[in-house]
Amino acid sequence: MIVTSIAAPAEAAATSSHNNTAETGSCRLQGKDLQLGYAERIISRQLDVHIRDGEFTVIIGPNGCGKSTLLRSLARLIKPTQGQVTLDGKALGQYPAKQLATQLGLLPQTSTAPDGISVADLVSRGRYPHQSLLRQWRREDETAVAEAMAATGISELAHQAVDALSGGQRQRVWVAMALAQQTPILLLDEPTTYLDIAHQIELLELFRSLNQSGRTLVAVLHDLNHASRYATHLIVMQQGRIVAEGPPAEIISPDLIEHVFGLPCLIIDDPVSHTPLVIPRGKPHQAAG
Amino acid sequence: MSSAAHAPRSWLIGHPDAAINLRVDRRNVLVCALLALCCAALVIASLCAGTLALSLHEVWAALSGEGSPLATAVVTQWRLPRAVTALVLGAALGISGAIFQSLVRNPLGSPDIISFNTGAHTGALVTIILLGGSYVEIAGGAIVGGLATALVVYALAWRRGIHGFRLIVIGIAVSAMLGAFNTWLSITGSLESALTAALWAAGSLNGMTWAKSLPASAFCVLAMAAAMLLARRMQFLEMGDDCAAALGIPAERTRLLLMALGTTLIAASTAAAGPISFIALAAPQIARRLCHNRSTLTGAAGVGAALLLAADFVAQHCFTPRQLPVGVVTVSIGGIYLVYLLIREARRS
Repeated sequence: MIVTSIAAPAEAAATSSHNNTAETGSCRLQGKDLQLGYAERIISRQLDVHIRDGEFTVIIGPNGCGKSTLLRSLARLIKPTQGQVTLDGKALGQYPAKQLATQLGLLPQTSTAPDGISVADLVSRGRYPHQSLLRQWRREDETAVAEAMAATGISELAHQAVDALSGGQRQRVWVAMALAQQTPILLLDEPTTYLDIAHQIELLELFRSLNQSGRTLVAVLHDLNHASRYATHLIVMQQGRIVAEGPPAEIISPDLIEHVFGLPCLIIDDPVSHTPLVIPRGKPHQAAG
Repeated sequence: MSSAAHAPRSWLIGHPDAAINLRVDRRNVLVCALLALCCAALVIASLCAGTLALSLHEVWAALSGEGSPLATAVVTQWRLPRAVTALVLGAALGISGAIFQSLVRNPLGSPDIISFNTGAHTGALVTIILLGGSYVEIAGGAIVGGLATALVVYALAWRRGIHGFRLIVIGIAVSAMLGAFNTWLSITGSLESALTAALWAAGSLNGMTWAKSLPASAFCVLAMAAAMLLARRMQFLEMGDDCAAALGIPAERTRLLLMALGTTLIAASTAAAGPISFIALAAPQIARRLCHNRSTLTGAAGVGAALLLAADFVAQHCFTPRQLPVGVVTVSIGGIYLVYLLIREARRS
C-alpha cells in the first residue's frame, strides 16, 4: 500500500514542526510522552503535543484515531496511563480542581441541562470556579455572565427555560456557560456535531472571534473544510499518533488526506477564505472508471 | 409559560462587593419556610395529642418546667423525644433519598428500593440472633449491614463509573436476595429473637426515649450538614461528569462522598427506628414538584420530616387503642405511590 511510502515524509514533517513549536511559540498546555487508553486497548503511545498559546488549534483524523481521547486527556477528563499533561510546567493532577477550572475550560460533547433551568441560571453555573461558599455572587460574576450571553447572542433568551430552546440555541447556551468561566484556554469536543450547517458556521465564526480576542482554543472537528478554514493550527492524527502539524495551508495536501483518511481527493483554493478546500474524488473504483 | 414562571428566581443576601454574600433560590427559600411551619405545627400537635390530652397552654407549661409533674414527664420524656426523632429521621431519609435519586437520575433510585435498608435490616437481624441484641448492638449491626450492602452494590455496579440504571437493577436484585436471607434468619432463630426482630423490622418510633434518640439524631444532623455543603456540587453532577469536571468538581470523588453520606443517613435512621420505607422514595419527588422541578436537599429534608411526623401521628392516634408502628403506615402509602411511579415510568419509556 501507499501508506508505508508516504508515512516516512509525513512523520518527518511532523517531527520538524514539533521542534518548531517547542522552540518558537510559547505553550502553556503540553502533553509529554502520553500513553492514552484503557488497559485492554491503548490508543496512543509516546504522544507529545504542544498547544500553542493564542492559536485556534483543530485536531482532525479518522474515526478512532484518538483525537477525542487526546482532547479529553488535555481537559483532565482521562488520566494518561503514562506521561503527563502539564499546564505552565505543572501536572494537571497537581492543581486543585477548582483552580485549574479558572484556567482550562471545556465544552463537553454531551451535557444535560437540569430540568426547567433558565438560560441565565445555566450560564451562571460557569462562574462556579470563581466562587466560594461564602462569596457566592460578585459583581464580576454578573458582568461575566452578561458578556458571555452577549457574545453568543443569547441575551434575549436569558429568562427562558433551556429545555424549550432549539438545538442551535442550546449549544450556544453551553458555549456561553464555558465562556462565563473566563478561562484563557478553552477546549471544544466536537462542538458542531448535531447542528445544521448554518448553526455550525455561526458557531465556528464565534470561535474565531473568541480566538482573535486572545483566547487559546483547541477543538476536535470532523469536517476537514471547516477545520482548514477556521484553524490557525492543525493537528492531524492517525492511529493514535500525530502525523502532521502546522497551519492548514502548509500541511493539507492530497497525499496527506489520502494517507490519513484513505480518501483520494483534490485540494483547491477556497474562493472565499483562500484556505485549502478538500474535494473528494469519490471511491477509488469509481474514480478509475 | 416557562419563561414567565422562571423570571426572578434568586435572592442575593449581602452586597456583591461584601466579603460574604449568599445567593439563594427564592422558590426554595419560600418552600422551606412553609415546610418548617408545617413541621412546627405537627410537632406541637404530637405534643398535645394522646391518652393524656393536653392544651397548648399545658404543653408550654410542661416545656418551661412549670407544669404538673405528670404532664412534664409525658411531654418532655415521652412525646418530645419521639417528635424530635421523627423530625430528624424524616429529614435524614428525605436527604438520603434526594442524594441517590440525583446520583442515579431516576426517581426509583431511592435507598429503600436499591436495598440499603434491607442490608441494614440484615445487619440488625444478625446481631439480634447471634449477639442477643441490645439497642446499641442492633444499631451498630444495622449501620454495618447498610454500609456493607452499599459497598457490594456499588462494586457490582461499577464499570468505569457508576451508571444509574445498572445501580438500580443490581440494588433490586441484592435486595431480593437479602430479603430471602432475612426470612431464613427469622425462621432459624429462637422464638424470642424472632419476635424482637419482627418488632424491630416493622419500623417504629414507639417507646422512643432521649437515650435512644440522641446518638442517632446527633449523627444524622452532622451528616445532613455535610450533605448540605455538597448540595451545589450535587446539582452540578446532574449536568454530566464531563461538565462538572470542567467546572472544577472532581466527579467520582464527589459521588463517592455523597453516596457515603446518603448510605450513613439511611443506615443511622434504620438503626434508630428500624426500616421506615417510602419517605426516602417520595419526599425528594414531592420537594421537586414544589421547587420548580429542581432537585433540592433542603426541600427534601423538609418534606421528609413533615411526612414522617404526619405518618407517626396517624400511627399513634388514628387506630386507638392500638398503636401501629410508623413503618406500617409509610409502607402502605408507599406501596400505592410506588405502583403509580412504576406505571408512569413504564408509560414514559
